[in-house]
Amino acid sequence: MTNWERFVDSFFNARVAVEYFPKIVEGFWLTIVLAACIIVTGLAAGLLLAVVRAFAIRPLNLLIIFVVDLFRALPPLVIIALLYFGLPAAGLSMDGFVCAWIALAAVLMAFSEEIFWAGITAVPKGQWEAARSTGLGFLQTLGYVVLPQALRMTIPPLTNRTIAITKGTALASVVAVPDILGAANAGVSFSFNPTPLTMGAAAYLVLFLPVVIFGRWVETRFAWKR
Amino acid sequence: MAIVEATGIHKHFGALHVLKGVDLVVEEKQLVFVIGPSGSGKSTLLRCLNRLEEPSGGAIVVDGVDMLSPRTDINKARQRIGMVFQSFNLYPHMTALGNVTLALRKVLGLGRAEAEKRGQAALDRVHLADRAGHFPGQLSGGQQQRVAIARAIALEPRVMLFDEPTSALDPELVGGVLEAMRELRQDGMTMVVVSHEMAFARAAADRVVFMADGAVVESGTPDEVFGNPQHERTKAFIGQIGRH
Amino acid sequence: MTWDDFVLAFFSWQIVSEAWPILWDGLQRTILMSIMVVPLGFIGGTILALLSTVHNPWIRWPAAVWTDVFRALPPLVLLIFLYAGVPFTGLEISAWGAVAIGFFLNTGSYYGEILRAGIESVPRGQQEAARSTGLTRWQTMQYIVLPQAFRNVLPDLISNTLEVVKLTSIASVVALPELLFQARQAQSVTYNATPIVAAAVIYFILLWPMVRVLSRLENKALASRR
Repeated sequence: MTNWERFVDSFFNARVAVEYFPKIVEGFWLTIVLAACIIVTGLAAGLLLAVVRAFAIRPLNLLIIFVVDLFRALPPLVIIALLYFGLPAAGLSMDGFVCAWIALAAVLMAFSEEIFWAGITAVPKGQWEAARSTGLGFLQTLGYVVLPQALRMTIPPLTNRTIAITKGTALASVVAVPDILGAANAGVSFSFNPTPLTMGAAAYLVLFLPVVIFGRWVETRFAWKR
Repeated sequence: MAIVEATGIHKHFGALHVLKGVDLVVEEKQLVFVIGPSGSGKSTLLRCLNRLEEPSGGAIVVDGVDMLSPRTDINKARQRIGMVFQSFNLYPHMTALGNVTLALRKVLGLGRAEAEKRGQAALDRVHLADRAGHFPGQLSGGQQQRVAIARAIALEPRVMLFDEPTSALDPELVGGVLEAMRELRQDGMTMVVVSHEMAFARAAADRVVFMADGAVVESGTPDEVFGNPQHERTKAFIGQIGRH
Repeated sequence: MTWDDFVLAFFSWQIVSEAWPILWDGLQRTILMSIMVVPLGFIGGTILALLSTVHNPWIRWPAAVWTDVFRALPPLVLLIFLYAGVPFTGLEISAWGAVAIGFFLNTGSYYGEILRAGIESVPRGQQEAARSTGLTRWQTMQYIVLPQAFRNVLPDLISNTLEVVKLTSIASVVALPELLFQARQAQSVTYNATPIVAAAVIYFILLWPMVRVLSRLENKALASRR
């Protein structure tokens, strides 16, 4: 075999590709489901924390800031390992999917709270005062006047951060979740051929390349007026 | 002797024909004023002279150097052509002195001490010697523009181009910049100025060029162009300016 | 499970002191890896950003596609592909080699995208002023554009550097004995979660100051952008 034939046989082996294609497709859907769970819960929790923070209750805010800092400083894989390998010591066993979900949602919560909060504080004080002077309550002011302005400002950084964290779903393969990477890894060890990894990489590109390009578009579309 | 000789300059931006065969000759030690309504192509003409804008056709000779020849080292040629911009374009991360000395050191290759001596002298000529250590953000608009003038004259250019140098300034800051320009003129600097400062044009210009729709409509001494305009468009433009 | 059991399983001083040599060993490797991959990615990113400013589309476009592809591929996928896939061609890559190449590709693309945005944020007039004084294109880049570009995107550069340091934890998956890997080793030997908790605490102590600095910079940036 020439080097080139060996290369093709390794990375683009048609027989192996056909055999493991269904597994990769299953992994593809699982990755999407995991990503969706993370995005929905992570962003919701982040927004909730930012709103709570707006009430300016000092001990509560210090707690929020600590939690946010914690999940910004810890590597996601460390959090996943803590949940998956550590918690059973407390008699609490969760499956890999749930561990990855909780860990990455917590990370997204931390980053998005920070971004939402920055957006809220960037809305001028005059907006608060104008709304309160017309008799709107605190929550009404927040909901109808401040958040709509704040959210628009946060869209570009939020989009990019969400994309970055969602790519972390590949970490789930480390705790035995058969997502794209998990399925590809399994395929490699069964077939003793790296073609499933090539397919896995291709699957990630199919999934994330449009998302990355979308993120760049959002950045220009919602570009700040300077 | 002509320092600037531009003949038949054309410039297209896509389908837009911005300059339609413009001729411009500037004699040594002359101050030529280019006026005209916005969109007439006067700024584009100015930017073609040092090739910040690439002309689509024509010939430009500045101080005997064929600006459009591929054999011409454009960076060397630009040393002899100072330019002052509407928005100053000072480097915000450098002090006034740093702005002035950068090209002295990196283009002329002067040592730091020599460059700073010349830079100080240039700042002194615009009466800002005491602001050498200030950053652009700490200076008023008028002071920034004078630093920009110092940055250009430090290279001892043969001709200076001014692209609406006072348009971005508050009215009370315009005077200092015009004063600096007047002094330059007294020292014998050859200057091409695109500006709406008509009073300054009347008082200081040797020649006024009126442009409209990418072409020179008429030119002459300030008295001729302002006092006795020949073309309808010139009359209309000057009449409008006069009313303001 | 009693409180004492809980403390014993997660926060046992005895386990920490027993596992400390191996954790310290891992921490040193994590720091060494960071010192290696951050400059590597930074150099790669600067090259990519400079290529994106070239007028020739045959240079600019491949640089843009390169950047997007390696931003779309999850870094763990890239790392496993290099470590577990490439050897099938007969080309052995050590874990360190795989980390170096993988991080160069992934991190370089992120730094590249940030620096490209930084270069674009410098007003066009700056280049025109510099060129009008006779500075060459490269001198203009070096003295005028790049210094301002770096300053404009400093928060993003720091943020990305934080992410890169956190990301070094994925090297544990390819058996590079860094902090997380060593903690997992210690955990499986002692049947106790304390080593992973200890690793998490170390990461937090290491990275918290960076998170604090960033949080301030980001708030300022968003506030000034409206």
